[in-house]
Amino acid sequence: MPRITVTVDGITYEEEVEPRLLLVHLLRERLGRTGTPVGCDTSNCGACTVMLDGKSAKSCSVLAVQADGCEVVTIEGLGANGSMHPMQRAFHEEHALQCGYCTPGMVMAAIDLLRETPEPSEEAIREGLEGNLCRCTGYCNIVRAVRRGAQEMGRAVRTS
Amino acid sequence: MIPAQFDYVRPDSLDQAFRELASDEDTKVLAGGQSLLPLLRLRLAYPSKLVDVARLPELAGAHDRGDHVFVGAMTTHDEVMRSPVVREGCPLVALATATVADPAVRHRGTFGGSLAHADPAGDLPAVVLALDGVFVARSAGGEREIPAARFFVDYLESALLPGEILTGVKIPKLGDGWGFHYEKFHRTAQAWPIVGVAVAVRRTNGAIQEARIGLANMAPTPLRARAAESALQGAELGDQVRQACGEAAEGTAPPADLHAQPDYRRHLARVLTHRAVRTAAGAP
Repeated sequence: MPRITVTVDGITYEEEVEPRLLLVHLLRERLGRTGTPVGCDTSNCGACTVMLDGKSAKSCSVLAVQADGCEVVTIEGLGANGSMHPMQRAFHEEHALQCGYCTPGMVMAAIDLLRETPEPSEEAIREGLEGNLCRCTGYCNIVRAVRRGAQEMGRAVRTS
Repeated sequence: MIPAQFDYVRPDSLDQAFRELASDEDTKVLAGGQSLLPLLRLRLAYPSKLVDVARLPELAGAHDRGDHVFVGAMTTHDEVMRSPVVREGCPLVALATATVADPAVRHRGTFGGSLAHADPAGDLPAVVLALDGVFVARSAGGEREIPAARFFVDYLESALLPGEILTGVKIPKLGDGWGFHYEKFHRTAQAWPIVGVAVAVRRTNGAIQEARIGLANMAPTPLRARAAESALQGAELGDQVRQACGEAAEGTAPPADLHAQPDYRRHLARVLTHRAVRTAAGAP
């Protein structure tokens, strides 16, 4: 079986994996990162979105072997010292979730959007989240949360 | 679902990749995996081995080659749409690529992967066909070029032979005076187009001199809307262009599926072609 090295949320793991093992299953079943859910399993819904070498990827559409040598950040790797990432806090404060299933992917996609567009318009947010579905259709609050998260993150950058 | 079992290799060079491909006829090339992985998970494909070429440096990046842009097969959609070389030399490719799927898929999916997949509902096959791109395929025996008009053979079937790998596509640069647009209709933001239309037009003094139109999802392969292209020659914006675009569905064989019946797709092809031609021609 192929042996891979992958860094997840700052910790480096060496794993023997079957080639057919999906990254999301490596994360959840081997490494205990159950914060990343499996949603549609057909790369539509974006619930399983993680950062792969700094860019968003749907972890149900990546083989674990493809992530060999890569750095993965999941929803569980965002917070520091017991406090939430500003984007997580914004989702909490704006009530940007109902059932919460899409939330990890939404938060990751939102952070990915801000890499290139630190102050996104409402339209840019809606476009940027086009790969993430919320079946509770709570999009209005999600858009509000991303705007608030962007402001908080901008503030954090300016004061650091 | 969990894919069926397969072996996996990640060769360090194209030559090694050719050897791996030759070892077993059920071997398949893995690029970004954004089309192949769903097929594996749905168990619609059963390769014995995947040869991962995504990291081969020979296949990466878009390059200005004077009269054309060479887009390496493993250039991701995200890289293509941001590439200054592509945006300058073949803006239609950049425009259409920005509408492929969604940001996360564009980070992984590749230009060559989606073309070699030869899905008639894909955005890029229609674009490359409209621009008369030339596919460059390499095998252990050497390199050959395949014009876009001969590359798409049938549904999910390209002209690539067993043992060949698509290394990139030459996109001829069109000179000054050309305008471009890609128009598609889909039910949800990241879904495949029900119909897609890629258009390049050259317009002078209010009339269209030349038009190139590629249609997505109007047949088992992408098609050129030849009748509309001819009818558009010399057409002036307004009724003449509208009438000419009414021929966009001539010679097509659109599929029937849960999204649309063939007659509706023909209607969409006419409407979307008209919109795309007007936008490409700079109509207000």
